[in-house]
Amino acid sequence: MNRNHALGALAAAALALPAANAAAFCGFYVGKADAALFNDASKVVMVRDGERTVINMLNDYQGELSEFAMVVPVPHVLNKEDVKTPFRALFDRIDAYSAPRLAEYYDPDPCHPVPAAEMKMSAGRMASNATSDLRAREEHGVTVEAQYTVGPYDIVILGAEQSDGLETWLHENGYRIPRGASKALAPYIRQQMKFFVARVNLDAHAKSGERFLAPLQFSFRSEKFMLPIRLGMINARGPQDLVLWVLTKKGRVEATNYRTVKLPANVEIPPYIKVDATHTFGAFYKALFDEQAKREQHRVVFTEYFWNMAWCDPCAANPLSAQELANLGADWVRGDTRRGAPVLVTRLHVRYTPETFPEDLAFQETADRQNWQTRYVLRHPAKVDLDKCVNTESAQRYLARLSERKEREVQTLASLTGWDIHGIRSRAGVEGTDLSPLARLWRWLQGTPTQNIAK
Amino acid sequence: MTPVASDAAGQRGAPPPTALRRRIAGLDPRLVQIAFLAALLGTGVLTRDFSLRIEQMAACFAAGLATQAIGVHALGLRRVGYLSALVTCFGLSVLLRADSLWVHPLAAAVCLSAKFVLRVNGKHLFNPTNLGVVLALAVLPGAWVSPGQWGSDLAIACWAVALGGIVARRARRLDIGLAFLGFYLLELALRVAWLGQSWNVFLHQLQSGALILFAFFMISDPMTIPSRGAARVVFAAGVALLAFVWQYVLYIPNALIWSLFLCAPLVPLLDRLLPGEMYTWRAR
Repeated sequence: MNRNHALGALAAAALALPAANAAAFCGFYVGKADAALFNDASKVVMVRDGERTVINMLNDYQGELSEFAMVVPVPHVLNKEDVKTPFRALFDRIDAYSAPRLAEYYDPDPCHPVPAAEMKMSAGRMASNATSDLRAREEHGVTVEAQYTVGPYDIVILGAEQSDGLETWLHENGYRIPRGASKALAPYIRQQMKFFVARVNLDAHAKSGERFLAPLQFSFRSEKFMLPIRLGMINARGPQDLVLWVLTKKGRVEATNYRTVKLPANVEIPPYIKVDATHTFGAFYKALFDEQAKREQHRVVFTEYFWNMAWCDPCAANPLSAQELANLGADWVRGDTRRGAPVLVTRLHVRYTPETFPEDLAFQETADRQNWQTRYVLRHPAKVDLDKCVNTESAQRYLARLSERKEREVQTLASLTGWDIHGIRSRAGVEGTDLSPLARLWRWLQGTPTQNIAK
Repeated sequence: MTPVASDAAGQRGAPPPTALRRRIAGLDPRLVQIAFLAALLGTGVLTRDFSLRIEQMAACFAAGLATQAIGVHALGLRRVGYLSALVTCFGLSVLLRADSLWVHPLAAAVCLSAKFVLRVNGKHLFNPTNLGVVLALAVLPGAWVSPGQWGSDLAIACWAVALGGIVARRARRLDIGLAFLGFYLLELALRVAWLGQSWNVFLHQLQSGALILFAFFMISDPMTIPSRGAARVVFAAGVALLAFVWQYVLYIPNALIWSLFLCAPLVPLLDRLLPGEMYTWRAR
């Protein structure tokens, strides 16, 4: 058996220089909360079909291009045809499709009962070229296994015997690698993995006329279903975010060596979120994620979305076309996403620290086919004019239930986001009531702080 | 203090067992297991995203207990109750996940029937929970096991309770669980050292609820392991080695469960080579 293959792992942690604060924050979306909210998030789209693995990585690197370097451990030597630069727009597409969403309903008029409320998706969206400088082909126990240019990147595939040799080699060849990298590189060398090393070919990048660096895509075969995130933590200051989309045929993907948790979702929140200047849906979702990640002490992998790519309900954006999926590497789709083997997308969001994620992420594809989404619901109350009401009794019952519901929505919002409940009440125009002792006990059991709810 | 001195002191100075201690010592160890598994299941369902539905649990218990009743009645067995079947139903509920309602009851019915049918030398061959999970994974569509679902805090709590249980000497023949943990953790530690990884990786691997559950509630089932102590240690070493290879050389998930299943046929062989006294649940 080919030892490289047997022990080979997969790839994907960028050992890029810590990106200067990405300025990807280009405004909020009313209807969805996409990954752009999380400024420093690395974005990876992974395709897994048996042992075939395709990894797409988006780089938000904003520093000097001449200083950019990326090192990714890969299970075997990749040929030039295994490496591509897919369109950056594919990431925006899959992000928009799978983003947490806000659904909006209108209460029927209790004075004139009509069929069930029609669901409606909340509307709008706002929118040193150095290959020739490589020293001897074998130095410090490092072998250059392959070398080529793809798009704006000069790429070398390295084999190494010693991690400090590899670190020295990279430094001597002008790659800006964080100090102390050798300790993190060592486990991959032990497993006889190769290193995919990229830097920007400044001429090629200038010719392309692109503002941002193109994403990188590489394909390989490996029995390991995992994503090395440890290399990216060398210079980490504070928690880092990773948004990972996994495209599979059979079922939902979850981590096997960390807890995978569905974010609290499918709850009703106060309708003012749609129009408020500061408590926007984007701000709500960001606060919710911050709060939940903190509550779980940055130890879990969150599921944000799992759905069959052939449809959505409600749609935050149209599903990806067969061509777009094929460009990402899911090439089992031909012609129509509703025919043949499905493309299932699991969207995972991890906020990790070096202490809480000591191991690379390992995954499994479960048999779970239950679609799931982070969807939040606004229910606009009906306008009731008791003087002109035909059915006063039903209208009064509705109004009594409405005030309970408004209070419940306020408490849900406070508990999910950790926002001050008084601020929420005044924005939502709801008078405060205290929680019952039983409700407080329940929230306490669930680890939800109660003090800001029933103050 | 030397072990000899300690033993001698123990023999001379041990206080007479109180009535309460005698009563606890007389309890069936499966009651302790059931209490532990029920607490684990309750905690998991209430505070963890166990994605297990009440109907699935109810169907699992109904099918499992009915199968046990039919089996006991059909074979005319006396002094066979429902404790083991309860342990199996709890185990399946804690471990198995499914996206339909029929996977849990079917797995429970099949694995508890197998207990009455697949017998060698008066012992059933497979641990029923283990068999149920393997069957569901291999044959039934829409079934899976979530090894990462526990979280480190719950795992640490499990360590405390499981080790506490040993200290209280509640479940006999836990030696196999400890021997398994010894071998398996040694293999994990050697791997971490060989890779040059941080020891936090090892600590993280220790915090696996699936590992603890396996060591203290699955491999330590006294009815499906070799009868003699030395044979149990050999068996534990075999299961640990296969599980390690399964997980870290072949990279296939659910290594512990598959390894125990594949090693189970070795038990009759070990019992023949190293015979020992068969276990009975009831304390004498």
